[in-house]
Amino acid sequence: MSPVPAKTNTEDYIRMYTQMVRIRAFEDNANQLYLSAKMPGLTHMYSGQEAVAVGMCEALEDSDKITSTHRGHGHCVAKGADFQQMFCELLGKEEGYCRGKGGSMHIADQSHGNLGANAIVGGSMGIATGAALTAKRLGKDDVTVCFFGDGATAQGLWYEVMNMAALWKLPVIYACENNGYSEYTKTHEIAAGSLTARAEAFGMEAFNVNGQDVLAVNALTQKLVARCRMGEGPFFIELKTYRYHGHHVGDINREYYRSKDEEAHWKSEHDPITNFGEWMLSEGIVNEDELGTISDAVMADAEAAVAYALDAKYPNEAEVDMHVFAPNA
Amino acid sequence: MREITLSKAVNEAIAEEMRRDETVFLLGEDVAEAGTPFKILSGLVEEFGTERIIDTPIAEPGFMGIAVGAAMTGTRPIVDLMFGDFLFLVMDQLCNQAAKTHYMSGGKLNVPLVLRTNLGATRRSAAQHSQSLHALVAHIPGLKVALPSSAYEAKGLLKSAIRDNNPVVIFEDKLMYQDKAEVPEEEYLIPFGVANIKRPGTDITLVATSSMVQVAEKAAGILNSDGISAEIIDPRTIVPLDEETILNSVRKTSRAMVIDEGHQSYGVTAEIASRINERAFYHLDAPVIRMGAMDVPVPFSPALEDLTVPTPEGVAHNARKLVRGELVHAA
Repeated sequence: MSPVPAKTNTEDYIRMYTQMVRIRAFEDNANQLYLSAKMPGLTHMYSGQEAVAVGMCEALEDSDKITSTHRGHGHCVAKGADFQQMFCELLGKEEGYCRGKGGSMHIADQSHGNLGANAIVGGSMGIATGAALTAKRLGKDDVTVCFFGDGATAQGLWYEVMNMAALWKLPVIYACENNGYSEYTKTHEIAAGSLTARAEAFGMEAFNVNGQDVLAVNALTQKLVARCRMGEGPFFIELKTYRYHGHHVGDINREYYRSKDEEAHWKSEHDPITNFGEWMLSEGIVNEDELGTISDAVMADAEAAVAYALDAKYPNEAEVDMHVFAPNA
Repeated sequence: MREITLSKAVNEAIAEEMRRDETVFLLGEDVAEAGTPFKILSGLVEEFGTERIIDTPIAEPGFMGIAVGAAMTGTRPIVDLMFGDFLFLVMDQLCNQAAKTHYMSGGKLNVPLVLRTNLGATRRSAAQHSQSLHALVAHIPGLKVALPSSAYEAKGLLKSAIRDNNPVVIFEDKLMYQDKAEVPEEEYLIPFGVANIKRPGTDITLVATSSMVQVAEKAAGILNSDGISAEIIDPRTIVPLDEETILNSVRKTSRAMVIDEGHQSYGVTAEIASRINERAFYHLDAPVIRMGAMDVPVPFSPALEDLTVPTPEGVAHNARKLVRGELVHAA
């Protein structure tokens, strides 16, 4: 783990650990809903990347903004969403965050500053930059974190908005979660040169961080968020991480692009939750029983939320053409 | 009443709304000191500064996306898209993001932005600076589409668009920027979804949009000398569309033509003609006739370009046939 702990408060460590466990539990349950054919459509698992979302979102205030991706459950949980409304959304139920109209790929929770997942790869890069422009224009303190994967770095939009963000000194952090795979293709096959160098070409400071180390991610993000608030943004971070599942839950037989040995190695050596738990134990911050209690409580919470969502009602048919247009006061 | 150009009307609308609401700002290519190639925005940066009249790089998808995010978080951007043809560059941000955000979020997020752009051929600008692409965006649920036909409409519709809580695409006819019309000094708004009966008549309804309203007016003048009384309906917004005013006119005249500068196939003329057929069929004495732009890329040569858009003479010719009981498209 990082040599200098980013947060020195036991409560902060425990919250970061708990948030990572919550994301894993959410995804395990979502995967089960898919495998048991209880969930409509597909979904993209965040498991393995928890330290990225938690390390970054724990460095943000509630009013700070994030934009998310098709692999967005982790960001949503980390920014403060609750399980019940999230599972309701995944199942297309009325009580979901988007009244069942968005689903997994479009969960938005604006009450905690999550401007939404996005089913277009790289589609939210403009939105994040625009949110940062709002903060600057209206003199607000808000910082926006734009999450995207390594695959999205191939989209031209990123270069257009980085250019403007750098010209206008916007408070936005572009966070590239490099999980090694652009859908079913290895990243080195789709990305020439270096990603940080691309950001540096716009005169932006760019950083590499181990995306499996929640404290390292959190420490760097805290620094950059503070600098953004002082008008020193934008910034770019490449976070090296790993996707435990396939591109989506249905991508099961994937040895043609990724070996089981490689997956096993990342899970046994680089799991962000296991490693952080062991660090907390070694530092005497928690004991085994306390870690077990956290996991048990999260599992129970997730199972209760799933049961609730399965029983919850679907939107009334009359909702189908509601919300096409916003009302004018 | 005073007369001002359409260009001046647009400028006044933006200035008035920016004075009224601090959250309104404008971004696009060469909008500040240059005031756009059409000089529509001249003077605005002097009053509002570069913080609110923002020159962007030539990166339409980028600044469109930034506008979407800015709109979602509490401001009201006006995006200046220099030519309507550049819509193809911004389609993801406009149609996948802006148009769907309110619906996909179950009504929690709003995207109150205005995309100002233009339409219209016969400026000798060839196929990538002459298209009329309003049907393209009108097809996407979640976008409102306004088509001002004069300086008066341009000002009133743009002011409504800026106050609307939804993404609005407003197309100005680029050939009309220097055309003058009566525009009151006092403030006024033109509500969306309310058509204008531009000219009352009894024998045939000409539903005409944007640039084609002037064409229809000239055609009506020609028809009048033939003893044919044409009624002209200008929908002013095609999303939402004021069906009732159109249908009431057709029920009265029993004949209708729809004239619009978009390509005729799969376009605005087809949509409006179809609605008339569905809801006023038994009132009709003749088929509803569509007149749109030819289904060809807009050619450069004046000798060819002028053939591609409806003319007053062409409209009058077809209207005359309809009124006389002759099929316009006889086999």
